[in-house]
Amino acid sequence: MKLNLKIWRQGGKYKGEFVTYPNLDVNPDMSFLEMLDVLNEQLVSQREEPVAFEHDCREGICGTCSLVIDGQAHGPMKGTTTCQVHMRHYHEGETIVIEPFRAQSFPVIKDLVVDRSAFDRIIQSGGYVSVNTGQAQDANSIPIEKEQASKSFDAAACIGCGACVAACPNSSAMLFTSAKVSHLALLPQGHVERQKRVLAMVAQMDKEGFGKCSNVTACEAECPKEISVENIARMNREYLGAVFVSDKKMG
Amino acid sequence: MSWFSKFLSSSIGQKVIMSLTGIFLMLFLIVHLLGNLQLLKDDGGEAFNTYAFFMTHNPLIKTISYSLYAFILWHAIQGIRLWQANKAARGNVRYAVAHTRPNERNARNMAWFGIIIFIFLILHLWQFWLQMKMGVLPPVEVEAYDHPVQNLYLPVAAAFQNLGYVIFYVVCMVVVGLHLWHGFWSSFQTLGINHPRYTPLIKGIGVVYAVAVPLGFAIIPVWMYLMG
Repeated sequence: MKLNLKIWRQGGKYKGEFVTYPNLDVNPDMSFLEMLDVLNEQLVSQREEPVAFEHDCREGICGTCSLVIDGQAHGPMKGTTTCQVHMRHYHEGETIVIEPFRAQSFPVIKDLVVDRSAFDRIIQSGGYVSVNTGQAQDANSIPIEKEQASKSFDAAACIGCGACVAACPNSSAMLFTSAKVSHLALLPQGHVERQKRVLAMVAQMDKEGFGKCSNVTACEAECPKEISVENIARMNREYLGAVFVSDKKMG
Repeated sequence: MSWFSKFLSSSIGQKVIMSLTGIFLMLFLIVHLLGNLQLLKDDGGEAFNTYAFFMTHNPLIKTISYSLYAFILWHAIQGIRLWQANKAARGNVRYAVAHTRPNERNARNMAWFGIIIFIFLILHLWQFWLQMKMGVLPPVEVEAYDHPVQNLYLPVAAAFQNLGYVIFYVVCMVVVGLHLWHGFWSSFQTLGINHPRYTPLIKGIGVVYAVAVPLGFAIIPVWMYLMG
């Protein structure tokens, strides 16, 4: 089938503008990224600069692919990363608008590639547990209730792709940060440092210039891992507890 | 910076300010509505004027009303600041294709609703509250007091005979309803109150509140206009 692509190009000869690539021959079995591969092969053969976009595992688990497709982060499918969107969901002659994630804290590097290192710095500020190294202990030495483990895992499913920031009208990173805070705070290993962690991670999130959550819940709707905004409430509880009850220093 | 100002300037702290001042304002609206419903009594404003005198002379209520003025301003200023900060966080380049799910519309327009409500509030205070405060309203005898009280019923009844003003009032109440529709649930979520057991209840009460309270306010001018 033939599709028209309208893609944001930025860098090199492009100053930040949409370029239309009409009548691209697309196989419905292709994934979205394979379609972009086909476009890039054509562009290279025409001695044109290929479209820069990020990808890695192409299995929907790494969080590297991004893209805002027709106004939605990771495209129109619920709970799906861009790499798992297949072209069979599109129709002959359709025009697809492809934009990079937009946020002041995610500056565009080139075309559709944005710098998401702000997330790395939020993780560095507190998204870890401190344990003594040595022999690995027995897996069942710390009993964890099944429901608790599942809840933690639901939060841990966050792949840190940044779709929440892209979807949020405020470019808030609260769904991401709260998923990381929740994932660790819900387990005994992470429970010990939870107050210090939430203070540090929220302070870093604010320092990176992300917006403030106004409970629009667009993040939850567009998250490829369907992380719930319940985590944001949990982070707020953790934060209020850390500020008003703990003696931990504010970041 | 002290720990407390660090908290108030953090993203969560700023949202908590919106939430707590918002909850206070929502409680106030119920009290305000109960008072306004006195207008529906067919007693020439007797009950309403008694209520108005009580509200402006009881020391406890006077103290609460000063906090109310402060909280309205705090809610408005903090809201504008958040709006600006959030627009800046989004950056200068907007998405070419906007995708908004219907359930997000109120949340995305909170600032606009807030601005309309603030303009309404200024007009509202100037029209009724300021006249009462300046003591320019004619005195009237009521049964509950052994002295005459200000007749606040007069300007209210006059305003509600103006069709244009009645329409404006009702439209503003619709905006208040939309603001509350998101604000009620949102203020609990910000405080971390989200739990499978009671979140459906909070959302349910929020919808009932957001419909019933503005509807209650809007019925009064419509009723008084029709009853002439």
